[in-house]
Amino acid sequence: MTTLGTTSVPAGAEEQPPAEEAPRPRRVRSDVVRVVSASKPVRERLLDIWQARELLVNMVRTEIRVKYKSSFLGLLWSLLSPAMTLGIYVLVFQVILKNGIPNFVIFLFSGLLLWNLFQTGVQTATGVVVANAGLVKRVAFPREILALAAIGSAGVFFFFQACVMVIFMVALDAPPAWHLLWLLVVAMVPLLVFASALAVLLASITVYLRDMQHLVEVIVGAAWFWACPIVYSFQESVASKLQHHGLEWVYFLNPVTPMVMTFQRVLYNRPGLVALTTPGHPQVHLLPSWGALTYLWMDAAVLGFSLLLFWVAMVVFGRLAGNFAEEL
Amino acid sequence: MGDTVVSVEQVSKRFRLYHEKYTSLKERVIHAGRVPYEDLWALRDVSFEVHEGETVGILGRNGSGKSTLLKCICGVLQPTSGRVVVRGKLSGLLELGAGFQQELSGRDNIYLNGSMLGMSKREIDRVFDDIVAFAELEQFIDNQVKFYSSGMYVRLGFAVAVNVDPDILVVDEVLAVGDERFQRKCMERIRQFQEEGRTILFVSHSPDQVRAICDRGVVLHNGAMVGLGAPGEMVRIFRETLLAADGPLRAEEAPAAGSAGAEPAGVPGGAAPEEAEAGPEAEPSAPAPASDGVEAGSPLRAGGPVRIREVQVRQPGAEDKPYLVTGGPLSVQVFYEAGEPVEGAVVSVEVRDANDGLLLRTDTAILDKPLDLPPGRGVVEVRFASFPFLDGTYTVAAGIANRLGGRLYDWREPACQFEVMYPGRGSGMVALPAEVLLEVEEQAGGPAAVAGAEAR
Repeated sequence: MTTLGTTSVPAGAEEQPPAEEAPRPRRVRSDVVRVVSASKPVRERLLDIWQARELLVNMVRTEIRVKYKSSFLGLLWSLLSPAMTLGIYVLVFQVILKNGIPNFVIFLFSGLLLWNLFQTGVQTATGVVVANAGLVKRVAFPREILALAAIGSAGVFFFFQACVMVIFMVALDAPPAWHLLWLLVVAMVPLLVFASALAVLLASITVYLRDMQHLVEVIVGAAWFWACPIVYSFQESVASKLQHHGLEWVYFLNPVTPMVMTFQRVLYNRPGLVALTTPGHPQVHLLPSWGALTYLWMDAAVLGFSLLLFWVAMVVFGRLAGNFAEEL
Repeated sequence: MGDTVVSVEQVSKRFRLYHEKYTSLKERVIHAGRVPYEDLWALRDVSFEVHEGETVGILGRNGSGKSTLLKCICGVLQPTSGRVVVRGKLSGLLELGAGFQQELSGRDNIYLNGSMLGMSKREIDRVFDDIVAFAELEQFIDNQVKFYSSGMYVRLGFAVAVNVDPDILVVDEVLAVGDERFQRKCMERIRQFQEEGRTILFVSHSPDQVRAICDRGVVLHNGAMVGLGAPGEMVRIFRETLLAADGPLRAEEAPAAGSAGAEPAGVPGGAAPEEAEAGPEAEPSAPAPASDGVEAGSPLRAGGPVRIREVQVRQPGAEDKPYLVTGGPLSVQVFYEAGEPVEGAVVSVEVRDANDGLLLRTDTAILDKPLDLPPGRGVVEVRFASFPFLDGTYTVAAGIANRLGGRLYDWREPACQFEVMYPGRGSGMVALPAEVLLEVEEQAGGPAAVAGAEAR
């Protein structure tokens, strides 16, 4: 291995003592080897991403700061907008349509919380490489970071919203299932991996197909949302109809569903019969009466699928990333 | 070799130029499989190695693939085939301030940019003050970058990049920005990097800069590497690529026509310190291989309306001596051959010392002497009333360009060399006529005296 060291290294380099007899000071750490070539294995690129994790953190921080820097209410917007959505859904479904779900705000919020993370993350990530064209063309860094940063900043907003959720739960005196809190973490991991996989995939495709952004807006923003049991209850509204045809499994092809239901199980925490507030107070199951293990297995299955998808996304991204700088 | 830090291995880069760009889904589907395109090979099979501590300059005219090569080395572009292996931490100055976020303060941008260049927060903390000091932005560091002037922007970009503590610094023509003082500061920093044994890859439009700071040079021409070696030699090859680039524009090389017309004679006499003169010439008696000229006929040299046949240096009145004497007159004769009438030609002359340092450069445009060359052979003589160079060997380069300098018809470097003998006793680079005066203001004994002496 090369002897390291130099006569005068500016602060910042952890160098070993200089080699005395070297005619010219050697300073290169021989273990840092980077290869630029047409194809780079996914494993190496994952390593690159890991090494650039501080950049990821910085980019998330930047995105959050930039987003609200010059706006009047600043970060409050990140709470106001979901609060508005929440308010409208409550108004429409509870006040106007009278779905009769007790503590509907909590029910809705537990699913919406997760969905907001997914949707904002994936939607931002879709256009992120195109939006940062200047950077991609001039600075070398693992491009996947851009997509991951979009998910990361969505994750930060998720955290803010979760704080509001806690306030709601305290105010409405609706405690979560304390013994199942760990399931939240179990559900978060597959969701983040799944969202990251989609983010990486879509970010690279959008460079070549610019209208991907609109497509994603329509599919994720409109269609996908309603395929998840967020504003309605799976058990009450969907399960019986699908079971009738033996098609219950189709509903669970949506990888976001298991996580949404896990969140509802933990945060809404009414697995038994619930009396609706509609006249006559009919008793229904809003949540399935599954045990923790069922949720665990579902989430694990999604995690497995998401990891596979993430790998595919990395392969696709790797193929496409080589031409980013010229395509943009 | 064990100390190779950058190894470029048969790198080729193809750009696909689409005549029309289809980026929407609809267009992609409609035009699937039959989008007309042209392949442009920006780099073809380029291989070279850069050793640790070396400074390598990359020369090439616009569009020769310099920037593509640097981008491949930095990892911004991936080569179509071949690979680049980089050992050590590389910091690229492809464009200063790329990646700055307009909305953020200079402080935040230092952290963002630093981490983009691969630094950890702790490392940035440590060099933060150096960066700010180097960029001279102490008062403005907490202002948003969008309020920075372009100079401040560029200074901050450079300051971050050089404080990353890179093992390898890649610089792409960025030294051309900023005011002169900052440029000097940048060059100083680059010199310091060289002393510290860091490796520098350097793209420049200025051959003089490459000559001054590089250990080796690489010349690219149309994506292919046409030269790799000593910087002086590379500058010569680079100039030839410039000539070749003019090729398609040129008229065919006409056969040597008879000396058709005489030029109106230049202002005679030695009143002017320098003077240009063109006329029906005294043809050099022999092809004169003695003057160490470079033979025309390198593969890159293309024909043009006018060509330099030979360049000679002589000292009027002392032609018999094998050397020139300091302080005497100096005459540089550029023998040309024109295939067609050339109006407004500019002949330029450079004199360099043994270390390739430029001592003198002048041309007939500066001397305010327009030249209209008739077809045929002739000689343009640039006469200096006296020259001050001390002992040594000097090389002369000469070129002929059109009036605006846009087209270089021919360039010879080195065109010839000459020896100088200095009979006096001074040392240094030049001899200037000097005299010594002594004025005693107050003397204890006799009256004040003024002494004068002349020294050469």
